[in-house]
Amino acid sequence: MSKTTDKVIDTDVAIIGGGLMGTSAALELRRQQRSVVVLEQGWCGAQASGVNYGGVRRQGRAACQLPLSQRAHAIWRRLEQTIGSDGEYIASGHLKLARSDADMQELIAYRDMAAAYGLELELLEAETLRRRYPWIGEQARGASLCAEDGHANPRLIAAAFARAAEQAGARLLQQSAVEEFGFDGNYFVLQNSRGERVRSRFLLNCSGAWGKEIAERFGETVSEQAIYPNMCVTEPLPPLMNLSLGVVGGAFYARQVERGNVVLGGGRGIGNLALDATRPRASSSFKALAALTGMVPALRNALVIRTWSGVEGETPDHQPVIGPSATTPGLLHAFGFSGAGFQLAPAVGEVLAELVTKGESSTPIDAFSIKRFAIQQASKQESKV
Amino acid sequence: MSASSPSPQIIIVGAGPAGVRAAQTLVEAGLRPIVIDENRRAGGQIYRQPPPGFVRSKKELYGFEAAKAEALHSSFDQLRPSIDYRPDTLVWNCMPGHSGQLDLLHAQRHATLPYTHLILCSGALDRVMPFPGWTLPGVYTLGAAQVALKAQGCVLDGRVVIAGSGPLLYLLAYQYAKAGADIVAVLDTARFGGKLRALPTLLRQPVTFAKGLYFMGWLRAKGIPLLDGVEQIAASGQQTIQNLRWTRGGKTTEIACDALATGFGLRSETQLAELAGCRFVFDELNQQWLPQRDDAGRSSVPAVYLAGDGSGIAGADAAELSGRAAALALLQDLGLPTNAAAKTAAEQESRRLARTLRSNLQFRQGLETAFPTAVHWARNCADDLVICRCEEITAGQLRRSVQQEGTVEINRLKAMTRVGMGRCQGRVCGAAAAEILAHATGVSVAEAGRLRVQAPVKPIPVSAALAAEEQT
Amino acid sequence: MSLLRRVAEQERKSISFWLDGKALSARAGDSVLTAVLTQADRLRRSEFSGAPRAGFCLIGCCQDCWMRSEDGVAVRACTTEIAEGMRLLSGTAPIAEENTGENK
Repeated sequence: MSKTTDKVIDTDVAIIGGGLMGTSAALELRRQQRSVVVLEQGWCGAQASGVNYGGVRRQGRAACQLPLSQRAHAIWRRLEQTIGSDGEYIASGHLKLARSDADMQELIAYRDMAAAYGLELELLEAETLRRRYPWIGEQARGASLCAEDGHANPRLIAAAFARAAEQAGARLLQQSAVEEFGFDGNYFVLQNSRGERVRSRFLLNCSGAWGKEIAERFGETVSEQAIYPNMCVTEPLPPLMNLSLGVVGGAFYARQVERGNVVLGGGRGIGNLALDATRPRASSSFKALAALTGMVPALRNALVIRTWSGVEGETPDHQPVIGPSATTPGLLHAFGFSGAGFQLAPAVGEVLAELVTKGESSTPIDAFSIKRFAIQQASKQESKV
Repeated sequence: MSASSPSPQIIIVGAGPAGVRAAQTLVEAGLRPIVIDENRRAGGQIYRQPPPGFVRSKKELYGFEAAKAEALHSSFDQLRPSIDYRPDTLVWNCMPGHSGQLDLLHAQRHATLPYTHLILCSGALDRVMPFPGWTLPGVYTLGAAQVALKAQGCVLDGRVVIAGSGPLLYLLAYQYAKAGADIVAVLDTARFGGKLRALPTLLRQPVTFAKGLYFMGWLRAKGIPLLDGVEQIAASGQQTIQNLRWTRGGKTTEIACDALATGFGLRSETQLAELAGCRFVFDELNQQWLPQRDDAGRSSVPAVYLAGDGSGIAGADAAELSGRAAALALLQDLGLPTNAAAKTAAEQESRRLARTLRSNLQFRQGLETAFPTAVHWARNCADDLVICRCEEITAGQLRRSVQQEGTVEINRLKAMTRVGMGRCQGRVCGAAAAEILAHATGVSVAEAGRLRVQAPVKPIPVSAALAAEEQT
Repeated sequence: MSLLRRVAEQERKSISFWLDGKALSARAGDSVLTAVLTQADRLRRSEFSGAPRAGFCLIGCCQDCWMRSEDGVAVRACTTEIAEGMRLLSGTAPIAEENTGENK
C-alpha cells in the first residue's frame, strides 16, 4: 500500500500520462507560465508514444482531423526549435498506394476533399509511379503522394518532448501510477503509488489506452478499447525506400530509416493493459510482410530481426477524445487516438494549453468531444423504444 | 493421465547433454517427445559432432571427454527411432498460454508446433567483455576456436593468443597446441593465487581440477608462456588483428599476432524461457538474469521445465543430470509412474539428483573464486570502445545517454542509443551494456534491468514468412 | 590472407563456389565460414563503418557472419554448409576475372 506524505504539490495543471500528448501540453503550458506536474505510471513516452510506427502524416486523415493535423505540421517543420532535437524527423514524402481502380478512385476523391484544407496531394498513375520509384512492384496501380509528409523516430521524439518539458520547468513524477482521484468542486487532488499528492485547478487526462479508465472516475461516458498494433523491423539494408509507404485499406505501412532498417506495421498483436504485456503475433507479421513485399519486391531477401507490439487506445469512430469534460469543470481529455496520434501530438498540446489559458481552442475540435458517446448511447436507447 | 485430458505433446528444445538425457528419460517412461535441435547433429557444444563423413576418432575430437561424448552420442542414436527429432530447426518464438505454440524455421520454411509441455535446454554462449579491437577479423570466442577445430578440422591461422578466464582457457590452448596451432601466449585475467584460495572447493571435483593442472603443466613444458593477473587487453590491426597489447602489474606488453581467442566463462541463452513466460531472477554467481527454477528444473510456468546451461552455468556433467531431473519432474507432474514402487524409486532418484546438483553448484562457486569474472572493466573502458558489435554503439554513447537524458534502465538505454537493436538483439552486448549503465548511474547491474526479448530470437528471412502466408 | 588453417579432415570431396566473382574451392562439409576464411580474411563489411567482419562465435549466436549471395539471399556463414556453385559476396565489388559476364 502507498503511504501518504503530508506534503501536497500545488500546481496550476496536473497531467495524467507522460506520453506525447501529456508532455507536449506540459511544454506549451510552461511557455504560458503555468505550473505543471506530469504523473506517469511507467517511463515518459514508453507506451504508444514510443513504440508506434513513427509516421508523421496528414494524408489519409478524416476531414475533421485535417485542421489539427495542419497545425501540427507547422510545428513539426520547426521541431528542433521546439524541443531541441530533430528526433530523426524527415519530410521524406508519404506515398499511399492503390492496388486497384477502386483504390485509385478513393485516392482521387480524397485529394479533392483534402484540397479544401490546404493539403496538396499528387496523384500518380502506374507508369509515372514506377518511373519515379522503380523499387515499387507491379501490384501498384497508382498512388497518392504527399510530398511533405514524413516520419520520425518515436522513441526519440517522445523522450525529447519529456526532456524539453522538464527543462522548461514541468515536474515529471514517473514510475508511479495515480491511485486516488479527488475533486472538491474547485481543485483536483491526486495521489500516486509513492504517496505523492498533487493538487491542481486543471487536470489533463492524457493517459492513452487508459483514458477511459480515468474518464470514468469522473462519471464520463466514453467508449475506448485497447488495441495492440503489430510491428516488425528488418536488418539494416542498403537505401531503397526513400519515402514512407502506405496502402489503401491499411494492410501495411512501412518506412526505411536512415540506418537502413525497414520498419513495418500492419495487423494486430495481443496484450492487456499491464505494462510490458503486449506480444506481437507471427501471423500478423507474416501478413504485413506479404503485403509489403507485394509492393516492394526487393525486400523479399531481407531478414526480420524483431517484432513487437504496444498499447494504443481506439474509439469506435477512430477519432480521438479531445476537449473539456462533460461532467467536471477543469478536466480536459486528450486520448484515444486510435493509432494516429503521433503526428497530431504537438498541436494537441497547444490546443490543451489554449483550453486551460483561454477556455477555448483556436482549432476546431468539436468532432472529438467526449459528449458524443453519451449522445450515441442516448440515441441507441431511444431507438429501442 | 486422465481420459479427459489431451495426450501430452512434449517438446524438448536442444539436443545437447541436457536435452538428450531428458529425451532418454521420457522415452524410458514410454513417451515420445519431439526434440528440436538447431544444429544438424545432436551433442550441443561440448560434444558437438562434425558433419557426417569426417573421420577423426572420438579421442581425437574430445580428448579426456571422449568416453562421455561416445556415451551421449550412442544414447542419442539409440533414442532416434523413439523420438520425433527435428535437426537444423530454429525455435524462434514461443507463444505460451492454454495452448502453447512454438514457431519454427527449417530449411527456410516456417512451421508452428503446439505443445503441452516444454523442456528448454538452450545451452550457453561465451561471455565476452568488450575490449579495443574485439570486432577485428581474427578475433573469436574460445568456443568458436574450439568449434573450428572440433567441427571443421581447422585452427585459427598464424600466431594465436588465447586470453580470458575460466577452465576453457587452458583446455583450448592444450587442444590447439596438440593440433599444431601456433600458440604464442595464454593470458589469464585471474590470478593463480585466487586458484589456491579456492583449492578446498576445487578439490571437491578432483578430476576436473587435475585436468586443469595437467593442461597447464603440459603447456609450460612446451614453452608456451602462461601469464596470470593480466589486466586490460587491446587488439589492433588494419584489416585483421595484427597486435595484442596487455597490462600486467602496471607493465604494458605488446606482441604481434594473427588471431585471438577470448572468453570469460559462459552465459546462459535464456530468450525462449523469457518468451515462455518464465519469471526471472538476477543470479549473483552467474551475474546474469536467469529463469527461476526449482531443484528439479520446474520453472515458474506450469509444464515448462529448464535443464542444462541454458538456465545457469554448471557444466556438461551437471547438464546431463539436470536433463534427467527435469524429465523426472515432468513425469511426476503427469502422475507417472503409476506403479507405487516405481514412483517411490523415481522420487528417491529425484532427490539424489537434486543433492548432486546442489553440490555441483558449490563447486561452481569455487570456480568463480578461481576464475573471477572481470566485472570492473566498465569503469576503465574508453568512450570510443564499441560495446554493441551489430550497431557499433560505443561506451561513450551509452554514458552520454545517462548524463544527458537521465537514462537509468537498460530498455530505455536501448531505445535511446540503439544498443542491442542489431541482428543479435543484445545477446552479445546486453551484459556489457548493463554493466556500463550500472557503473554510470551508480546502481547495481541487477537494478539496471533486463533487456526485453521479442520474437524472433534470431533473424528469420522474409521469404520464410512469405512461404508461410502462401500456405494459409 | 586466411584466418583459418586446415589441420585435419583433409580428404574430402572438393566443392566449387564463387567469392566476389572469383572461383574457389572448398571441401564437402565445410561451413560457408570455413570455406571462405580458409582462403580469405573477411566475410562482410559493417553497414555503418564499413569495417571488415569475419564472424565471432561460430555457433550461430552473434549474427556477425551474415553474408549475401549474388542473388541477394542472406546466408549465415557459420551455420550454412557450403554448396556447389554458391556465389557469395563479402562486401567488395566483384573481382573481374577472365570468365566474367556472370557477375551483376
